[in-house]
Amino acid sequence: MADAVIRFENVYKSFGAHKVLENVSFEVPRGSALCILGRSGTGKSVTIKQMIGLIKPDSGHIYVEGRDVTAMNAAELSRVRRRIGFLFQYSALFDSISVGENVAFPLRRHTNLEEDEIRDVVEKKLARVGLRGIYDKMPSQISGGMQKRVGLARALALDPPILLADEPSSGLDPITSQEIDELLLDLKHTEHTTMVVVTHNIPSARRIGDEIAVLEGGRILDRGSPADLEQSEHAIVREFMTLEGGI
Amino acid sequence: MRSTLSSIAGQCGDVALFGFRILRDSFRPPWEGAEIAKQIFEIGWRSLPLIAAAGFAVGAVMSMHTRASLERFGAEAMIPAGLAIALFKETGPLVTGLLFSGRVGAGIGAELGAMRVSEQIDALESLAVDSFKYLVVTRVMACIAVLPILTTVMNFTGILGGYIAETVISGMSFALYWERAWSFVDFVDYVPPTLKTCIFGFIIGTIASYLGYNTTGGTAGVGQASTRSVVFASILVILSNVVLVKAIFFLFPGAEG
Repeated sequence: MADAVIRFENVYKSFGAHKVLENVSFEVPRGSALCILGRSGTGKSVTIKQMIGLIKPDSGHIYVEGRDVTAMNAAELSRVRRRIGFLFQYSALFDSISVGENVAFPLRRHTNLEEDEIRDVVEKKLARVGLRGIYDKMPSQISGGMQKRVGLARALALDPPILLADEPSSGLDPITSQEIDELLLDLKHTEHTTMVVVTHNIPSARRIGDEIAVLEGGRILDRGSPADLEQSEHAIVREFMTLEGGI
Repeated sequence: MRSTLSSIAGQCGDVALFGFRILRDSFRPPWEGAEIAKQIFEIGWRSLPLIAAAGFAVGAVMSMHTRASLERFGAEAMIPAGLAIALFKETGPLVTGLLFSGRVGAGIGAELGAMRVSEQIDALESLAVDSFKYLVVTRVMACIAVLPILTTVMNFTGILGGYIAETVISGMSFALYWERAWSFVDFVDYVPPTLKTCIFGFIIGTIASYLGYNTTGGTAGVGQASTRSVVFASILVILSNVVLVKAIFFLFPGAEG
């Protein structure tokens, strides 16, 4: 597919004797959101981490904007990573620096902005995710939901065209979870950000995903729009889609 | 038994490769100067009170023992020189290395371990930052830079402690004590033993960083990384000291005297 921003091609991954991914192939068109749905331990996080080279596949190819990340050296990988924002499951904020410095971190590393410009961008990014006046707070002083928002602000600091989110609603109450979903949806609509969201939360997947891929037993069992999956030939996929909460 | 030995050999090989990578990457940009300076402050400056207090106490105790030995031979005048030579050549560098491996080794092991299990290291990589250079190389460089300085602090606070212990008994003036302390100390007694602590710094930084950076197993893994950092770094400092002392004797024949 010419306009596939992310493309998995026959990817295999094992940890010791445990096969995590077996012959996984899919693609994500530009500006769309793919939700990868599956039970815990089915390789969802491994899949998303492979997209930025945090984990290497045993075989197969992973293309980001047409370039194979499995064959990249450190410098090439670094260039690709600057075009991808990554929201971690537990936010992964740097706990030794303030909230504002967390968001400023990629700006200090990869731009030549002056100090007051960095402050300005950080305040805007924090405001974008609904947070104000917390620049100097430490990550341990804010709630889990706020940490997730700060993680999102940090992931968006360099205005990446691609966003990967690993369980964005994990550990959050339903209302906060919905607020995070709405932030992601807003990004998709206003910035046309290409997204891959890993989740086991079916309402979230329905809200965010243009397409949903169901990962089961190391394989993509089925893939399509939420309406398509409700009519899936696989009983387990149809069963997933009827669930009101998480898998 | 065979699998245990094979596992130990494998780990030693991994640590050696890790150390080689540190050396290789320390000569490659980006230089991470700001982070090295921050680590020098964190690791060095914050260790100063511990090293100074320990040096003072060690000097005082060594002075009391030296007096007890030398006064049998009527050689009390040699107390400052005996103390200074013992302190500069061996006690200062080794005690500093061991205290440093306890304080800093545990700290680096725990900090990097916690960053690994909370995905902060993955987060650094996702932000296009070389986590190995940013976290490991900078800490090891800081360890190498600060240990000779801390050893110097240990040596001089040791001399001060020795003087206090001596003057309480004999009323010796500081000027006389100082002059006698340095009267038998040569370049080879001071500089090579102090500089050998750069190797201690490399060992401590490398072991602690290796264990922290490769932590698995959640919170329990962090605790293990911290404890093992202290144990392995301390034992390696003691063992490497044997080789380093022999190397100093070989390179500086005058140091044996």
